[in-house]
Amino acid sequence: MAGDLVNKLADLKEQEVIKIVKDRLSAGEEPLKILDDARKAMGVVGKRFADGQYFIPDLVYSGEILKAVTEMVKPKLAKAAETKRLGKVVLGTVAGDIHDIGKDIVVFMLDVNGFEVFDLGVDVPAQKFVDKIKESGAPIVGLSGFLTLAFDSMKQTVQAIKDAGLRDKVKVMIGGGQMSDEIKKYTGADAYGKDAMAGVTLAKKWVGA
Amino acid sequence: MEKQWEEMSSDEKQEELFAKWLSPKDPEGKDLKFQSPQAEKAFKERITRIKDAIQMKKLPDRVPVFVAPSFFPVYYAGITPQESMYDYEKCNMAFKKFVTDFEPDGHLGAYVPGPGKLFEILDYKLYSWPGHGVAPEQSYQANEGEYMTADEYDALIDDPSNYFSSTYLPRVFGALEGFKMLPALTGILEMYGVALNFIPFGLPPVQATYKALFEAGAEALKWIGAMGAWNGEITAAGFPLIVAGFTKAPFDVVGDTLRGTRGIMVDMYRQPDKLLEAMDRLTPLMIKMGVGAAQVNGNPLVFMPLHKGADGFLSDEQFKKFYWPTFRKVMMGLIAEGVVPMPAAEGHWTTRLEVVQDLPKGKTLWMIDQSDMVKAKKTLGKVACLFGNVPSDLLVVGTPQQVKDYVKNLIDTCAKGGGFIVSNGAFFDQAKAENVHAMVDAAREYGVYK
Repeated sequence: MAGDLVNKLADLKEQEVIKIVKDRLSAGEEPLKILDDARKAMGVVGKRFADGQYFIPDLVYSGEILKAVTEMVKPKLAKAAETKRLGKVVLGTVAGDIHDIGKDIVVFMLDVNGFEVFDLGVDVPAQKFVDKIKESGAPIVGLSGFLTLAFDSMKQTVQAIKDAGLRDKVKVMIGGGQMSDEIKKYTGADAYGKDAMAGVTLAKKWVGA
Repeated sequence: MEKQWEEMSSDEKQEELFAKWLSPKDPEGKDLKFQSPQAEKAFKERITRIKDAIQMKKLPDRVPVFVAPSFFPVYYAGITPQESMYDYEKCNMAFKKFVTDFEPDGHLGAYVPGPGKLFEILDYKLYSWPGHGVAPEQSYQANEGEYMTADEYDALIDDPSNYFSSTYLPRVFGALEGFKMLPALTGILEMYGVALNFIPFGLPPVQATYKALFEAGAEALKWIGAMGAWNGEITAAGFPLIVAGFTKAPFDVVGDTLRGTRGIMVDMYRQPDKLLEAMDRLTPLMIKMGVGAAQVNGNPLVFMPLHKGADGFLSDEQFKKFYWPTFRKVMMGLIAEGVVPMPAAEGHWTTRLEVVQDLPKGKTLWMIDQSDMVKAKKTLGKVACLFGNVPSDLLVVGTPQQVKDYVKNLIDTCAKGGGFIVSNGAFFDQAKAENVHAMVDAAREYGVYK
């Protein structure tokens, strides 16, 4: 039965997933086990996306189904689930840029691949990145941007991290519409990821996972 | 006797629209007076060059070159996007400097900034613009959201115009709140009961909305007056504006500003039939929008920015089911009326090229951003003129020599046999001026057909 939920959610069968969760909850099953299965299913979704079998709509829809499952399970949950994470990542769209679709996909993929992600949102001032790095101790920073105007914001953000004396403590990756290896050099970041999966690969490499 | 429009074939209609583009008029409807015979000659040569590249019947004298910026002319002229949106004279000065300094064969006019005051009067919520959500020195950006909710497909399908006026527009323009109270105008039928329909127009919220509309209308007239004067001046100097207007692929109409990216993607699973029906309903409206723009402006080129069909946004199967059929229908409807659809394949479209080449030859003009150009030429490039691909990052951090080398390679790859125009691939805000010059120079230097 556990396998059912994992498979049905990974296959994006919303109605069946809802029914299974309802049945398992009314059978008095431990809510945490249900959430654990859901998490496993999201791992499968992430893998299928990485393999080119799933595309953005599939990711978005899996997120919607997961939200529905979480809402059903939450009221029965005694305490928040503790999961072991690979590492922390601070991520956001840089100052002056309010694009979020690409950033959200990277956040999603890092999350399902076991990272604890601090999503700072869009139009994030350099200082906010610096503060969050200090506060969380995250060793990885992701800068997202869609506009050519983001090139300079990224450069300023990397500089602010440097000025705060944190440059040696973090690895910085950039990504988004008009980014490239040339822009990586321009901004002083450590790496450019061409898509969400490249971001995950970089993060895994950096934490030695 | 000349043939009537209705009797013409689509080829003849296209020729007719190109002929109109070649003979621009002044505001009184008389032939426009060019600055000099040289300017007139240059204007006609430029359009002929573009026309030959599009039609793919004969080789142009050389590969044409476009420069298609977003806010670049504004930064280049040393003003801020905020100034360009609120001071139409400054806006015109910036775009004039841009066109006359870089001398492209085709340009996009001075329409990018738009009238900031009008957006303020209407309390436009769909975008953040300089001073309203983004800094004065930044470009405007869209605020994505579900401005149409998941349960409103039937309302949209039943009566798109009424759905827009009573539901969608009041959500994206704060000042149009009063539209919510208006009746469907198709209920105004005969003496008995007719007066009931006018009750809402007496109510204060509706009157406040109309007051805002009058102010917005006055501002729009002021803006278009400035734009019209600019177009006349720049045309008289010999530089053609390449777009008559725009329309969109129905999937993007729903996915960009109605349901939003997340909304449309979930709808593909939860209510695919409604989504398909809505896109069918929007298709003739998008055709009319494009045809109308081409006829009013006497220019066959109608721009179509493409968004949610890019690689990765949809699977191949999803693209073929949801995106391509109505997008193709819109293009075919435009082509039938002599219009040249000008889709901009923003981002990567490499995996779509084989699908989208199912088009009649010499009838479309495609802006290509980061797709594989070798493949693009071998597929879509067989039936359609391509332009673009010079990358934004190269224009910002590259050197003029690197830009020239890039353009030379593009010409070698894509220009053989015609059907190619040199251009940047994405609408850019920033670039080094010398790199933009290098792009234009390279087209002239390497693009001559012998």
